[in-house]
Amino acid sequence: MAEEKYETHDYDVVIIGAGGAGLRAAVEASAQGARTALVCKSLLGKAHTVMAEGGIAAAMGNVYPEDNWKVHFRDTMRGGKLLNNWRMAQIHAQEAPDRVLELEEWGALFDRTHDGLILQRDFGGHRYARLAHVGDRTGLEMIRTLQQHAVHKGIDVYMECNLQRLLTDGGRITGAFGYWRETGKFIVFKCKAVVLATGGGGKAWKVTSNSWEYTGDGVTMAMDVGADLMDMEFMQFHPTGMVWPPSVRGILVTEGVRGDGGTLKNTKNERFMFNYIPEFFRAETAETEKEADAWYDDKKNNRRTPDLLPRDEVARAINSEVKAGRGTPHGGVFLDIASRRPTEYIQRRLPSMYHQFKELADVDITKEPMEVGPTCHYSMGGVRVDADSTATTVPGLFAAGEVAAGLHGANRLGGNSLSDLLVFGRRAGLYAAEYSKTVKGAVDVDAGQIDLYARELLSPFESKGKENPYSVHTDLQDCMQNLVGIIRTESELKKALDVIGQLKERAQNLKVEGNRQYNPGWHLALDLHSLLSFAEAATVAAIERKESRGGHTRDDYPNTDPKFAKINIVMRRKNGDLTASQEPLPEMPDELKLLLEEKK
Amino acid sequence: MAAQQVHMQVWRGDGSGGEFRDYRVEAGEGMVVLDVIHAIQAQHANDLAVRWNCKAGKCGSCSAEINGKPRLMCMTRMNTFQPGETITVSPIKTFPLIRDLVTDVSYNYEKARQVPAFKPKPKEADGTRRMFQEDIDRVQEFHKCIECFLCQNVCHVIRDHEENKKNFAGPRLFVRLAALEMHPLDTNDRIDLIKQKAGIGFCNITKCCTEVCPEHIHITDNAIIPLKERVVDRYFDPIARLMGLFSEKKK
Repeated sequence: MAEEKYETHDYDVVIIGAGGAGLRAAVEASAQGARTALVCKSLLGKAHTVMAEGGIAAAMGNVYPEDNWKVHFRDTMRGGKLLNNWRMAQIHAQEAPDRVLELEEWGALFDRTHDGLILQRDFGGHRYARLAHVGDRTGLEMIRTLQQHAVHKGIDVYMECNLQRLLTDGGRITGAFGYWRETGKFIVFKCKAVVLATGGGGKAWKVTSNSWEYTGDGVTMAMDVGADLMDMEFMQFHPTGMVWPPSVRGILVTEGVRGDGGTLKNTKNERFMFNYIPEFFRAETAETEKEADAWYDDKKNNRRTPDLLPRDEVARAINSEVKAGRGTPHGGVFLDIASRRPTEYIQRRLPSMYHQFKELADVDITKEPMEVGPTCHYSMGGVRVDADSTATTVPGLFAAGEVAAGLHGANRLGGNSLSDLLVFGRRAGLYAAEYSKTVKGAVDVDAGQIDLYARELLSPFESKGKENPYSVHTDLQDCMQNLVGIIRTESELKKALDVIGQLKERAQNLKVEGNRQYNPGWHLALDLHSLLSFAEAATVAAIERKESRGGHTRDDYPNTDPKFAKINIVMRRKNGDLTASQEPLPEMPDELKLLLEEKK
Repeated sequence: MAAQQVHMQVWRGDGSGGEFRDYRVEAGEGMVVLDVIHAIQAQHANDLAVRWNCKAGKCGSCSAEINGKPRLMCMTRMNTFQPGETITVSPIKTFPLIRDLVTDVSYNYEKARQVPAFKPKPKEADGTRRMFQEDIDRVQEFHKCIECFLCQNVCHVIRDHEENKKNFAGPRLFVRLAALEMHPLDTNDRIDLIKQKAGIGFCNITKCCTEVCPEHIHITDNAIIPLKERVVDRYFDPIARLMGLFSEKKK
């Protein structure tokens, strides 16, 4: 039935999202012999991965032979305030080097060490220089390499195709439904397994490094078919986004600036990060400027500069400095590499930062400091997955990359995202393909379900309301920025829930102009469904965690609480209602616990 | 600079026709053309079709012709225009229009599919890949390409001659082919493709592509001319042709 009405395709595995995780999953699923489709909202090669700057964390030991997976595991767990899924952190640290080397086999050209190996750079929270990189455009190298490899493998790619609903039968995945952006016509995928690789939902915040694509689609689609979400309270505010001029506020400034020697200063010219070293990291952090500066060249005898504390710590510190009146007039702090490194070095190591500031802010970063402040960047939480297989709690549904929860715990270390995409993207493709082989016979999709979704997607055209989708989106961004930001408190979070409720009402009365052909107003109207769901889940989870940890800071509960150290906030939708529960972390094996206890 | 009103004429229409329409919005400090387009979308034309992603010159999605000049909208500051100047924004011309500022760029993806894949030589005896920075510098320049297709858009071989698209890959693909041909590990041979299917002979080195590249890749000097030389060596150099009888290696 459905086939007659809508364009319909039949695959074993459908992958939604073509950033690093989706591309790597597609390559793997296809290599396993699964009939694979890769579906993405933008043109191929434009996904968020392309914006990643600093590098891919992998303990290859090319610069520091002392580095190995155990140290990377420890750094990741400590960076995540020990709330990470230990098994994911272990797999990630163990497999990342192979995944990087694999990119080289597919044509990637990383910057080199003097003896011709892949060069690795310093980043926050990593004990050794660990990030494989290409200047400050590592994401571009990674996505292009994967994209070209996938194209040569003949994988079917559906570009500018926006999947909006998952199809299920008896609680099991049978396909996905959405529309072509170009024509607005509907498309049905019948398949045995779906891999979500859709990224996060940072476009619900106002000051954000995220693009229009980050509307929380994967989290929402998973939630709507009954999958568990986890850790949704943990949102990473990257400490260094641009702050001036207003039109570029939020655009990312790579942590590589600090990795390569840049330092944060307030308007009194103080390197204020020395005043914000938390007890948790005191033993491994330099106490004096002299030691911090010496650390760049000699890691054996010096401890890491506090400029490279994990992102949650640095973002909070900047926030405090600005609040204390030591911020710049534009509400940021200074990031200075000009006075610390030669021009030639800055231009070679950070070419795109140089270009970005020069073109967009009239600032020459080789001569003057940058102005930076926190920007909404990354969702640690997302869909709950099995550590080994990336399977969600819904049969046939897998998730990898930012959309999945667990690896990063309460806070992600820089560089651990690109490696996450590769390691768990591959696993998602592998296990989705394996799962699809266990599904016997053809899957069938429910024509009634599809018709219902088609009506939902067309409803903005038929509504008699007058709400402008752009205004609703702007109001949501203001709400999340002001009430669910870096520093949170119960009364504001509850107020945010009220506002989100009102916005949901308004989203029922949207007015969309024009027709279905490439219509961004209509697309945004549809995306509001997922943006609002994502925002609601993040807010409910934030109310539930009554402590401060990682990317979740509560003004009313400013300390970590040992009780919350042992639990994840898990959410699911039941009969339309979103419920949150506290569930115990998986028990870590003793040999891994020992790795965490090791001194510096 | 206080907020001031800007007057923008934006192309609205689809494959069947269209026109420039006038919009007036407030422009704030530091705004780029893409910000103004977004303001128009939010305030006056919810359905104005435009592609964008990163808004920082890294993804190459928002290519357009601004006052007739091919540019990224996200990297074109409003303060580069005269106060009160009317600014026109139209879709890139070389590719078929879908709607408003969005064009069908599938040509580029089809040409990319025809490029023979990267094929690395065996690893070193110790199992590693050793390459030195000075050997990869020139290829890394090509890897900076963000696939904005502005070079394709200005290339007169295809801009004004639809019929050439069949037999010509365009500057973006020459950059890609040069990246593969000069990759220290690659062993595949693409010289025939470069001459025949990719049609490098059509290029007469007017450097329009180099001029518009937002990544400042020296497309003509560093990619196209060396590829032309390789084609000449293979096809027209008598000694090389003789050697070619004994060896199929490319370098």
